[in-house]
Amino acid sequence: MAAPSPARPGARDLAWAGDKLAQGVIFLGGISGILLVIGIFVFVSREGLGFVSNGLDLREFLTSPAWRPTSNHPTFGALALMAGTASVTGLAMLVSVPLSLGAAIFIGEFAKGRTRELLKVLIEMLAAIPSVVWGFIGLTMMNELIIDVFNVPVGLNVLNAGIILGLMAAPIMTTIAEDALKAVPDGYRQAAEAMGATRWQVIWRVVIPAAKNGLVAAVLLGVGRGFGETMAVLMASGHSINIPTSPFDSVRALTATIAAELGETAVGSEHYQALFFLGIFLFVVTFAINLTADLVVRGIKNG
Amino acid sequence: MVDATDSSDAIRTRDLNLWYGTFQALHDVTLDIQTGVVTSMIGPSGCGKSTLLRCFNRINERLDYVRTTGSVEILGHDILAPEVEILQVRKRVGMVFQRPNPLPFSIRDNVLFAHSLHAPDASKQAQDELLEGALRKVLLWDAVKDRLDSLATRLSLEEQQKLCIARLLPVKPSVLLMDEPCSALDPDGTRAVEELIWELAEEYSILIVTHNMAQARRASDRCVFMLMGKVIEHGPTSEMFVTPRDERTAAYIEGRYG
Repeated sequence: MAAPSPARPGARDLAWAGDKLAQGVIFLGGISGILLVIGIFVFVSREGLGFVSNGLDLREFLTSPAWRPTSNHPTFGALALMAGTASVTGLAMLVSVPLSLGAAIFIGEFAKGRTRELLKVLIEMLAAIPSVVWGFIGLTMMNELIIDVFNVPVGLNVLNAGIILGLMAAPIMTTIAEDALKAVPDGYRQAAEAMGATRWQVIWRVVIPAAKNGLVAAVLLGVGRGFGETMAVLMASGHSINIPTSPFDSVRALTATIAAELGETAVGSEHYQALFFLGIFLFVVTFAINLTADLVVRGIKNG
Repeated sequence: MVDATDSSDAIRTRDLNLWYGTFQALHDVTLDIQTGVVTSMIGPSGCGKSTLLRCFNRINERLDYVRTTGSVEILGHDILAPEVEILQVRKRVGMVFQRPNPLPFSIRDNVLFAHSLHAPDASKQAQDELLEGALRKVLLWDAVKDRLDSLATRLSLEEQQKLCIARLLPVKPSVLLMDEPCSALDPDGTRAVEELIWELAEEYSILIVTHNMAQARRASDRCVFMLMGKVIEHGPTSEMFVTPRDERTAAYIEGRYG
């Protein structure tokens, strides 16, 4: 070594310590996601699995619509809640899939320059609107609109929550779908155009099939979003236990049930455990949806 | 040899100018490309040879800042006229790109893609015949006939480029444009594709852009030399490489620049 150094080569000086510290922090950050997911799952399971071991009826949970946790003879049938969540999410997808795929195609394939940038920024802003604000819109504006337009007594129902949730899920779906379209190599478009394909044929016959996996993943993440959304659904759905037979029926979602009831139950009580069991159910379903979306996206790289 | 100016020319341009935004890439290009021969276009990078090639099927218009003046006739039809259907132009004038770009579908769907755009109601039998014909023509049939439904993007680069030529054939083009078709291929692939170009020259007028002078020399009947957006010289390849008329052509061919 040319310059004399006070430390022996390889000595554990301050830089070495700093390096180790940084390494440790980054490692912790890296695995924190895994630790948190496991931690949450363990916690929710511990609180909720008592519901099963206490001899509570899984069959009742899955097949009975009667959710009467505070009755003298409490029953914990979650079928109506599941139907509520499923109907709202289903309708939300009917709203958001065409809307977001249309928006993604417009932004990705048609809009240019400033229009495109402006649209992207606006859509990201839309994604940042807090869900309670969406719920507020559902509770006030959409409620009255539905009562007026469809001449029904109550406007807080599947239709209301579905539309609100659809609009909420659309921005994130648009962003992911647009990424998927952008990932399609331009050579494909050029090749198809050079063979005489019109712009529409290029999109319909080349770009969309090539981006298929990413588009499916976008939709699945939207479904996951809809499934897990709580506040807006609580406010817009009417929050009444019902297996809906029309879009104008009020329903109650799984998430909204947990949010509305958990604060009023005694810790460790049967009701408390039942709510946590709903949580496990939600967790497993959203986990499955996200995992599927992830696997589908990976399919792009392998295929 | 005097350039033929009768109507048998495959491509004829008059005073063709092209701008990318404010940059002028082509200057008053007036050029006649003969029917039924292989014409190569050579010149240093940025000389406008690819730009000129891309005028002949109007694929330049993908960029909305491109502006063109002058005229381009393909087999006597002015393709820049306002009433021209761009689809018909591209049906007549097929293009092969620098990098093989098969679509991410099966071999079968790739070969039939253009045809299905122009004739969506073709019978399965007609399609099968076109498929086999096109793949035989590019000498790919024996290699792929047992896996027509597998992904075209899994083929080797040489096979992909042959496929990219094959997919132009079912719509019966008259002119084939090739933009450095061998630049992504190894020497064996290059030789195979060059041989294929000679085969195809019997039926199609072929225009091939290359940065490889040796390739121009061995794989074309006629040669166009371009520099700074202008056509400097155009003549039989054998003459141009031996007795170039222009000083700049001579300098480029000798490798003094480029």
